[in-house]
Amino acid sequence: MSDDEQTLTRQQIRRKRKFGEPILPEEEAETDQENRHIIAVRLANSIGALNRVTNLFSARGFNLESVAVGETDDPEVSRLTLATTGNDRIVAQITRQLDGLVDTLDVTDLTDAEHVERELCLLKVRYTSATRSEVLDLKDIFRGRVVNVTPETMIFEVTGPTKKINAFIGMMQKHGIEEVARSGRVAMHRSLEYEAPNPLASSDSEVSANGTDPSAS
Amino acid sequence: MPSDTIEHTANGTAATTETMTGAEIFVHALDAEGVDTVFGHPGGAVIKIYDAMERIQPRFEHVLVRHEQGGTHAAEGYAKATGGVGTVLVTSGPGATNTVTGIADAYMDSVPIVVFTGQVPTHLIGNDSFQETDTVGVTRSITKHNFLVRDVNELASTIRQAYHIARTGRPGPVVVDIPKDVQMAEAPFAYPETPNLEGYSVPGKGAPKQISRAARMIEEAERPLLYVGGGTINADAPDHLTKLARKTNIPVTTTLHGLGAFPETDDLSLGWLGMHGFYHANQAVQHADLIIACGARFDDRVTGKVDAWAPHAKIIHIDIDPACISKNVYADCALVGNASDILQQLLPQVGPKDTSDWLAQIDAWREECPQTYDTSDDTIAPQFVVERLYEKTKGDAVMVTDVGQHQMWVAQFFKFGQTRSHITSGGLGTMGFGLPAAMGAAFGVRKRGRDLPVVCVSGDGGFVMNGQELSVAAAHGLPLKIAVMNNNFLGMVRQWQSLFHDDRFSHTDLTATNPDFVKLAEAHHCVGLRATHPNEVDDVIDEAWSVNDRPVLMEFQVPKEEMVFPMVPAGAATGDMITEMFNKDAIAKEG
Ligand SMILES: Cc1ncc(C[n+]2csc(CCOP(=O)(O)OP(=O)(O)O)c2C)c(N)n1
Repeated sequence: MSDDEQTLTRQQIRRKRKFGEPILPEEEAETDQENRHIIAVRLANSIGALNRVTNLFSARGFNLESVAVGETDDPEVSRLTLATTGNDRIVAQITRQLDGLVDTLDVTDLTDAEHVERELCLLKVRYTSATRSEVLDLKDIFRGRVVNVTPETMIFEVTGPTKKINAFIGMMQKHGIEEVARSGRVAMHRSLEYEAPNPLASSDSEVSANGTDPSAS
Repeated sequence: MPSDTIEHTANGTAATTETMTGAEIFVHALDAEGVDTVFGHPGGAVIKIYDAMERIQPRFEHVLVRHEQGGTHAAEGYAKATGGVGTVLVTSGPGATNTVTGIADAYMDSVPIVVFTGQVPTHLIGNDSFQETDTVGVTRSITKHNFLVRDVNELASTIRQAYHIARTGRPGPVVVDIPKDVQMAEAPFAYPETPNLEGYSVPGKGAPKQISRAARMIEEAERPLLYVGGGTINADAPDHLTKLARKTNIPVTTTLHGLGAFPETDDLSLGWLGMHGFYHANQAVQHADLIIACGARFDDRVTGKVDAWAPHAKIIHIDIDPACISKNVYADCALVGNASDILQQLLPQVGPKDTSDWLAQIDAWREECPQTYDTSDDTIAPQFVVERLYEKTKGDAVMVTDVGQHQMWVAQFFKFGQTRSHITSGGLGTMGFGLPAAMGAAFGVRKRGRDLPVVCVSGDGGFVMNGQELSVAAAHGLPLKIAVMNNNFLGMVRQWQSLFHDDRFSHTDLTATNPDFVKLAEAHHCVGLRATHPNEVDDVIDEAWSVNDRPVLMEFQVPKEEMVFPMVPAGAATGDMITEMFNKDAIAKEG
C-alpha cells in the first residue's frame, strides 16, 4: 500500500508549498487543484430536496454552472446532474455532504469516470430570404432540427456536448439570436454498472449511533 | 380518546384502527416515541395540539417556557445531559423564528433536538397569511433535515423519521412543520416500527483494513496524542476511549465539547486545547508525531492557523460523518463510523507503549506554564469561584455555562470527571444559552434519576438574554445553582478591546444597564445571594447548596480587568501562545 510509505504529512506539504520549497512530483499529486466536476445525484422527488442540494453549493461559495433535473423511471426519484468548478478536495467534501443528505439516494462524481454528457438547446433566430439557406446549412452541420418556423424566425433544436452547443450558438450569433434556452448538462456513466470507489466506506451501516433506537431495542 | 385505549408495545409502537385528529395523533406519537419532556409555548397554529394534550393527558410532561429560544436551549440541555432527543413545540411565525438561534446552535454542536412548529393551513401557505413564515425555508441550512407535513396520514411516520434522523449518525436538529388543517384532519393512528428512510444510512463499524492500518500507525508513533471531541460523548464512547488511552499510555487532550470524555484527574489527561486551552496541551499538539482525533472536527478555535497546526503529526481521524474527514486538516487515516465501535475494534489490535519520555516532556511544558491566576485579598477572582465550585462538588455536577470569559474559566479550572457533565454552546457561541440549557439539563437529570446538582455559570451580559426562564425553573422546583460572574462588562469583548483595540471599550460597559441580580432572582421566585469579597464566596456557595426546592442565583462581583490566559490570538499559530500578561503593543501589531 503506497500510502503507508508516504513520508510527508499533508500539513507538511502545505507548509513546503507556502515557503516555496521544492515538492517532489508524487507529492504534488497530493496538492489541491481546481477542476471542473460533473456530479450525478439520485434524489427523492420531494419538496425542498433540490433546494437542499443547491444550498450546499451556495453555502460554500460555489457557483453551479449547470443544474439539470428530471424524473427517472421511478416517479419517486429524480435524477440531478450538477456541473461546477472548484478545488478537488472541497468538491470531494461537498460530494460527501451531498451523500449525507436524507433525500439523496446516491451521489457519483462522474468527472474521472468514462461518461457521456449531453445538453439540449432551443435557439430562436431571425432569418430573411437571403440568409435562410445559410442558417439551415448551419443547422445541418450541427445535426439540428427545425421545430418551429414563422415568417421572420425559426427555432432550432440541437443536442450534444456543451462544446458543440457553444459552437452552434457562436455560429448563429451574426444572424441575430432572439432567444436561447439550454437544458443544462445531463450525464451518465458509460458502462453497465459503476461502483464509485469509496475509500471511506464503513463496513456496515444502519447501526444506531446514539442512544437507543426504538426499532433496534 | 384517552391514551390507555392505545396499545403501547414493548418497542414503543402503537396503533389504533379508529381515526383521530392530527393533533391527537401528534400527542400519541410523542408518547409512543417515549418522549418524557416537551418544552413548548402555545399559539394559534398549535392550539389544537395543546387542546389535545389537555384532553389526552399524555405521559410526557409539557414545560411552558417563557420564550421559544429558551425552549430550544432547554431541549439542547436536556439532550446533552441525557443522551436522548430534546423536544420543542411552538406556534407558527414568531414562535418558529424565535427558535432559530437554538436550532442553529444545535446544528453547530450536533445536538439531537426535534422542533415541532405550527403552520398556517395548507391552502393559505404562500399567501403571506397571518403569522406565516416559510419555516422549512428559514431553517433549511441550520437543520440536519426538515419536513413540512402535508397529509395527516403521514404525520406519525414523519415524527418517527424526525426522531430517528435527529438521534442517529452525527446528531442534529430536525424541524417538523405541521399546518393547522393537518392537525384537524383525521386518520387512523399507527406509529411505525421502522423509519423507512431509503436514502439515509448510518455508518456503524469501521472498515477492518483501516483499523489495522491505524493500529500500525499507533504502534510506530513515538509521540502520540489523543485529541477527543464531543462526538466521543455523543457515541457514548468515553469508557472505550479511557481503556484505549490507559492500555497504550497515550496522553489525552479534549476540545471544549470533549470535556468529561476522559477524567481530568488522570495522569494521562492534558486538559483542553485550543485558543484558551492549556499551554502544555497545545505544545503537545505542536510536537506530536501522531494525532488520533476521535469525534472532533478540527475547529478553527482548536487549530488556529491550520497550516501551522501539528506540523509533525500524521492524523488518524475517527468520525461518524464522512464529510468531516479532511475538511480542515488532512486525515492520513480515516476511520468512518461509530466511535464506540471503532475504539472497541482498535483496542485488541494495540499493545502497551512506552511513552514515558513523551509524557516527561509534556510535564516539563506543564511546569513551564502552570495554569494560575492572581489572587487578591479584596476582590473575587472569577477563577477562584470556579475552583470553589469544584471543591464543593468534587466534579460530581453537570456544569452548564453561557458564553464569554466565564465559559473559558470553567473549562480551565473545573476538573471534569464524567461524561455528559459539561454543557456549553461551543460552535455558535450563543449568549443566553446557559440558563435555559441548565434548566433543560435539570429536567433531564431528574427524569433519568441522575442524582447530580446542575450548576449554571453565566456572565452578567448573557444571563439577562434568557433570564425570563428563571421563573420556569422556580415553578418546577428545580434546585439549580446559578453563578453569575458579574464584572459589569461584556467581559470577553472587553478583553479583545483591551488586547487588540488599544483599550477603546466601545459599548461593553454594562454598569448602567445591569439589573440588581439578587432582586431579579427574587422577583422570579428564586433565592438571590451576593458575594462581594473573597471570604464570602464559600458562605454563599454553602448557603446555595442548602436550598433544594428552587433555583438559587449567586452573584459574584468580580473585577472587570481579569483576562483569560493563555490565549492563541485568532488566526495565529498554535505554537505562538500568549501565556501571561505580556507586552500588549507587540500583540496588537500581530492581531
Ligand atoms: C447572542 C450573542 N451576541 C453577542 C455575542 C458576542 N459575545 C461573545 S462573548 C460576549 C461577552 C459576554 O459577556 P458576559 O455575558 O458578561 O460574560 P463574560 O465574558 O464577562 O464572562 C459577547 C458580547 C455572542 N457570543 N452571542
